[in-house]
Amino acid sequence: MGLINASSPHTHHQRNTADMMQLVIIATTPGFVALSYLFGWGTLINVIIAAIATLASEAFVLKLRNRRVAFYLKDNSALVTAVLLGLALPPYAPWWIVVIGAATAIILAKQLYGGMGLNPFNPAMIAYVVLLISFPIEMTRWISPVNLNTDGQLPSLIETLSAVFNHSSIIDAYTGATPLDVFKNHSGLLVEQIHHQEPLFNHSVFVSVGWEWINLAFLAGGLFLLQQRIFTWHAPVSMLVALTLMSILFYDSGSSTSGGTPLMHLLSGGTMLGAFFIVTDPVSSAVSNKGRIIYGAGIGILIYIIRVWGNYPDAVAFAVLLMNFAAPFIDYYTLPRTYGHTKAESATRRKD
Amino acid sequence: MKTSVKTLRLENNIIAKASGEFHGGIYPPENKQQSMTLPVGSLPIPDELIFPLNQHMGAPAEPIVSVGDNVLGGQKIAEAVGMFSATIHASSSGTVSAIEERILPHPSGMSGLCIVIQTDGKHQHIDFQTCDDYLEQEPTELIEKIREAGVTGLGGAGFPTAVKLKPPANDIINTLILNGTECEPYITADHSLMLYHAEEVIASAKLLSHILGNPEHVLIGVEDNKSDAIQALASALKNSAMNNIQIMTFPTKYPSGGEKQLIQLLTGKEVPSGAIPASLGIVMQNVGTAVAAYRAVALGQPLTSRITTLVGEALTTQRNYQVLLGTPIEFALQQAGFDASNNERLIMGGPMMGFTLKELTTPIIKSTNCIIAPSKKELPSPPPAQECIRCGLCSEVCPVSLLPQQLYWYAKAEDYERAQNYNLFDCIECGACSYVCSSNIPLVQYYRATKGSIRQQEQEKIKSDHARQRFEFRQRRFAKAEAEKIAKREARKKAAAKAKQLQAEKLARNPEANKDSTPKCDPVTEAIARVKAKENDPAAQQARLERSINSAKNRMTKLQEKLANAEHDKKNPISAQIKQVEVRLQNAEKQLAEFTSSEVVDDKPTIQDAASSAIEKAKANTAALANMSEKEKLEKQLTSLKQRLKKAHQRLADAEQENNEHLDAFKNSVTKLEQKLKDTQTQLSASTKADKYGLN
Ligand code: SF4
Ligand code: SF4
Repeated sequence: MGLINASSPHTHHQRNTADMMQLVIIATTPGFVALSYLFGWGTLINVIIAAIATLASEAFVLKLRNRRVAFYLKDNSALVTAVLLGLALPPYAPWWIVVIGAATAIILAKQLYGGMGLNPFNPAMIAYVVLLISFPIEMTRWISPVNLNTDGQLPSLIETLSAVFNHSSIIDAYTGATPLDVFKNHSGLLVEQIHHQEPLFNHSVFVSVGWEWINLAFLAGGLFLLQQRIFTWHAPVSMLVALTLMSILFYDSGSSTSGGTPLMHLLSGGTMLGAFFIVTDPVSSAVSNKGRIIYGAGIGILIYIIRVWGNYPDAVAFAVLLMNFAAPFIDYYTLPRTYGHTKAESATRRKD
Repeated sequence: MKTSVKTLRLENNIIAKASGEFHGGIYPPENKQQSMTLPVGSLPIPDELIFPLNQHMGAPAEPIVSVGDNVLGGQKIAEAVGMFSATIHASSSGTVSAIEERILPHPSGMSGLCIVIQTDGKHQHIDFQTCDDYLEQEPTELIEKIREAGVTGLGGAGFPTAVKLKPPANDIINTLILNGTECEPYITADHSLMLYHAEEVIASAKLLSHILGNPEHVLIGVEDNKSDAIQALASALKNSAMNNIQIMTFPTKYPSGGEKQLIQLLTGKEVPSGAIPASLGIVMQNVGTAVAAYRAVALGQPLTSRITTLVGEALTTQRNYQVLLGTPIEFALQQAGFDASNNERLIMGGPMMGFTLKELTTPIIKSTNCIIAPSKKELPSPPPAQECIRCGLCSEVCPVSLLPQQLYWYAKAEDYERAQNYNLFDCIECGACSYVCSSNIPLVQYYRATKGSIRQQEQEKIKSDHARQRFEFRQRRFAKAEAEKIAKREARKKAAAKAKQLQAEKLARNPEANKDSTPKCDPVTEAIARVKAKENDPAAQQARLERSINSAKNRMTKLQEKLANAEHDKKNPISAQIKQVEVRLQNAEKQLAEFTSSEVVDDKPTIQDAASSAIEKAKANTAALANMSEKEKLEKQLTSLKQRLKKAHQRLADAEQENNEHLDAFKNSVTKLEQKLKDTQTQLSASTKADKYGLN
């Protein structure tokens, strides 16, 4: 009888990578629902196109690399990228934008580096930035949330499909500015004046119509993942804290040079989607808890800087990519203190 | 099954909750109840008992019995070698049937020397010397008893207990900890010991405390999932009226039974990296070990049996057994109703840190606390590994706060320096990281392999450093010798030039007087003439030829050796060299032959005389030899061998002095001669013996 020879441990916890990815996808549901409620079919179409395109690109490259296609597709990581990209892109974006984004994310940002686990940058964010730079008009065209539209109408499914696939201009009737756009273009006014004038603000419950709910929904999904111990609190919390501190610091008592209220920064744009679904991407972030605090804080600070003083209205993607760059260096200097050692050491020290 | 401490009566100071906390840890399914439904059972005596000489940490023991000896239970059969070793005792009566290599219960599946005893089924044992007043005896005496009884750590690595009870003199021990944690799933050996032998556990705590000079704190650490054992200990403690012993409980979490983790739990202190607990004034013993020490001292019983958990769904009876050490695992499993067809692997130890056995024939040894025989479904092999996604689950559970994902990364990249910077050597190989890894990476396996490679590399570095030093030293010496030679030559040249000049001057001054002295006085010409004369001297010439033949032969053997050892791709150049030497050798031999024959022609009479006399001598010798008895012949051979050896030694010494390049060849011949000498001597003594008995 042949006894199996195996290395310890001989027992394993049952949660695997695919399950974790699946949970991440499930946790995006509240945000997805909020987006769909406020903006209509566009988000769903985005996600579907992105999913097909990412899976196809992933299968294509795996085939080229002679890997077992089914084994790798089942890890769900491509699907996570697709969902995140689909949620981040403006609804009603032309289909080819989504396809280019998906292909960029999978081929350029993931598989060229060796596939899952080996990519230094977040694939969805690479795709987002590439699209934003290449197609700035399409990428910044958002429609107004449903309750700001005259008669509370949203594009129908037919209109949506013709907008996405035929590039019809039906959508133009619905477009509107996002809160961050408003702030960018209203310099010269006091914060209070803006809040007073703009329907986007003066119709809101907390701070901005629609966007506040989207962000709260993503926050809820994030808290669920935190409770499921999919990630630790360190990176998202430190990002949100840093963003808040920056916006308090430069609030400037609401003057005309103010960057806007802290609440507006927390509940507008991609803040919560970023904090709980992008910043927490383990592959491209720092590894230790200490490192993740620094990593998250860096992203929070950069988001504020780019939002307020940069050329783009939102900045999550840029901030994340910049900190992805920094992650390996953060790692070198943020080792935890090992049991029995008097202090934490750096990974680059020389043996003495 | 999990019972919290709150259900226990917290009797003042007897039971306390540990206040410490260690980082990480995991909560694997405990699987402890299946082996605790029955009390500790006993096994019949197997036909054969196997005692590996190396079942502890340190030097293997030395057998003190021989094949055919009858032994009793408790009889010492192997002696410890040095301090860091342990004696071994027979666990039942019988006959030593073999002392031979057997496969050991070891992760590598290696084999080692074992004493095998064929039992007689009578189970007779030596008289055990009980002792009641051990608390009045000197600690050193008691430690000696524990040592004699062969007590080693029963919980894991098998560290000799006596060594641990004698901490370095400058470490003052203020805390004794008995480890009854048993945090690994499945294992309940210590649990049953504490439950059924609580008095002995308490008595052993008292004994060890006495040996260590009555440290301030004596703690018994038990996880809160063993509430019955905690109760048993508490009531035993209450009856014993000992008030400095305290039972400490803490929440069940793996690996709280790790030495370093338990110390952190109970004292809040951390053992400094690379140091031993004694440096903090702490000595820790597993409860099983402590009881074995107690039995050795109080009952005079050496360590010959232990409680082992036999568990797993491939067994019909899952329970703890009191087993005789040396019992073959196959025998033990069969008694527990082992279904081999439903089993694919056997684990010695727990599922987290145990190792798989390669052979059923290996025995149960002192450190065997558990054997798991899982059914095929029970502990499935993990699915294939995926890439690390740096999810960080592993670093969250690491009890020593490492970053397993980074260690894995650098281990895979064979970046040993970085791996060490990430404190690879602080990893206790607990397996918590592998357990949670969402990509099913066998992390611990990587760490073990990397540690091994680093250790090997370091050893090689030390070796090569030595070699380099030796080489450099040699280079320097050669350079110095060369420089001296050049300097001498220069000096000679100068002297010659000076002499010439003087000559010339003299000549200039007095041309007549020195006319014929010029050639005589030229040292160079003279030297050349000397050499020429020497070369023409037949004896010298022959010697020279013989020398060159010898050196060529030597070189040849060396080259052939080299060829035999050489890698395939280096064989060609060496063969070429051999060819060259062969040619040279042939030439020299031819020359020598010519030379000798010419010589013979030249000096026929003398040579012939010498030859005939030699022949005569040889004839006489042979005749004498023929007349000699076997013994005399051998004696004669011996003397001649001795002489030859002496000469060889002389030559070797000379060679060593002048650093001859054939040093090795000389050494070789000396050892060969020595061997021959030894052989002859044994032959001689054999023949003498034979003579004595009139056999010759
Ligand atoms: S648990 Fe496994 S996959 Fe996750 S970071 Fe650790 S090694 Fe990587
Ligand atoms: S095996 Fe080593 S690295 Fe893994 S959890 Fe245990 S101590 Fe940490």
